[in-house]
Amino acid sequence: MSKPSMKLSLDKKHNLTGWIFLTPGALLILFMSFVPMIKALILSFKTGNGGALTWSDPIFRNYSQMFKDTVFIQSIKNTFFYLIIQVPIMLILALILASILNNRNLRFKGAFRTMIFLPCATSLVAYATVFRTLFANNGLVNLVLTKIGILSQPYSFLTHVWSARIIIVLALLWRWTGYNMVFYLSGLQNIEYSVYEAAKIDGASPMQTFFKITVPLLKPTILLTAIMSTNGTLQLFDESVNLTDGGPANASITMSHYIYNLSFKYVPKFGYAAAMSFLILILVAILAFVQMKVGDKRD
Amino acid sequence: MTKGKKIAMYVFLILASFISVFPLYWMVCAATNTSADVLRGRIIPGGNLLVNVKNLFAAQDIGTALGNSFKYSIVLTLISLVICSLAGYGFEIYHDKAKDAVMSVILLAMMVPFVATMIPLFQMFSKAGWLNSTIGFILPTISTPFLIMMFRQSARSFPHDIIEAARIDGLSEIRIFFQMFMPTMRSTYAAAMTITFMNAWNNYLWPKVIMTNAKSVTMPMVVANLTQGYVTDYGMLMLAVLICTLPTAIVFFCLQKSFAEGITGAVK
Repeated sequence: MSKPSMKLSLDKKHNLTGWIFLTPGALLILFMSFVPMIKALILSFKTGNGGALTWSDPIFRNYSQMFKDTVFIQSIKNTFFYLIIQVPIMLILALILASILNNRNLRFKGAFRTMIFLPCATSLVAYATVFRTLFANNGLVNLVLTKIGILSQPYSFLTHVWSARIIIVLALLWRWTGYNMVFYLSGLQNIEYSVYEAAKIDGASPMQTFFKITVPLLKPTILLTAIMSTNGTLQLFDESVNLTDGGPANASITMSHYIYNLSFKYVPKFGYAAAMSFLILILVAILAFVQMKVGDKRD
Repeated sequence: MTKGKKIAMYVFLILASFISVFPLYWMVCAATNTSADVLRGRIIPGGNLLVNVKNLFAAQDIGTALGNSFKYSIVLTLISLVICSLAGYGFEIYHDKAKDAVMSVILLAMMVPFVATMIPLFQMFSKAGWLNSTIGFILPTISTPFLIMMFRQSARSFPHDIIEAARIDGLSEIRIFFQMFMPTMRSTYAAAMTITFMNAWNNYLWPKVIMTNAKSVTMPMVVANLTQGYVTDYGMLMLAVLICTLPTAIVFFCLQKSFAEGITGAVK
């Protein structure tokens, strides 16, 4: 009878080993994500400047106040503009590029893939600075456009409301399309190539192959990239700070940028900023939930 | 495929590649030109690199910023890889109901945006005296749900026979992890290393919050500072951007192949 009990104790030992292995990682996430999140929730019910904070009266004051804050409303509008315009264009573009690059008969495949992925090797601050310089009044884009006669005089892209927003979208597309493409390429490698050859023999057009084979089979990857990009876009910060500085007059500022300004740029309003950050958390959760539901439905 | 379609496909790819590469090519050229040449629209390399280097090092403490960025990023990457892979391995190899439940809670943390934890973290860290320190930089991002998930996924493809055989040979569990799992999963580690190092190097918001001392700044912070001034020397500015980009670009190119393999494992 010693054998089963030894097996049991061995199982117990392994079980304990598993817990020991995962504890450091799990504890760090607990103390660096969940605990601060709860602290932020508590903080969001307090008011005051700097370190002296008191419970706000009424308790939801920060929350009701932020919907009267025109800069905050503007930052929500901007963030959603970036989300709705940029994320779909980027994902579709990445999918098209990936399905072209998955073609076995294509030449220079590796070179194309490397070049298109290259922007992802740059730091966010670095590429934002490059774009800011390219689109400056005396930058290369204005120089070329005036030389070939499209513009009679330099256009100040970064100080006009819509052009500033569109340049942020262009910059984001430049930086992240290749990144998402790599995920799709990896996903495509899991699809048997013979499926594509069979479709070709059956006379399917490239369009049909794309919509009937590539998109359905890549659905889990598309869902993953959609959630990641949504999450990233709701937290946009570096581009807003370094490309347009939120300007002109907060017309392109993102939510994270405004929260940073409230917390660390002027007299800190931690309670008010925490309430805004909690709203972002709720938005991220809702959008991820919706995307997962939509992703599940088509099965 | 018809010839016309084929040509259209190549034109599209060439256009996409050109758009992707041109800003970077321009940045490299600008780093070697004078500011006046950059403004004149010169898009071929020039001979002003050494002058730009001299001006940049005179204007900003590049040595300190580079040293800090390397220190923070390397320390973070090493610790993070060990802790996250250990956790991912623990979750998968010894999995049971309780551990699976803990894992789903950890995945929820992926939804927590950094701005939502930034203010309390800043308060906690300033109380602990961790502003302007390596530990302050690394602690919030050592353990990430994404990396744990990635290693958990790769542990799934790690053959149980190897573990059983190693156990019979009398290897302890921790040695199985370090001597069997780690060497086998090289491509996952390479992918994780690329992602972690790049994220650490490029991180801008968090160091901007906690690095209040000029001696602790990072390279992206220096680049951002350079554009704040009124007079901008574009050659010098683009050199700073280039220096800031080179380390991540090198890491990426060295590990590119493993990176693609590792990602494939993660999305399977």
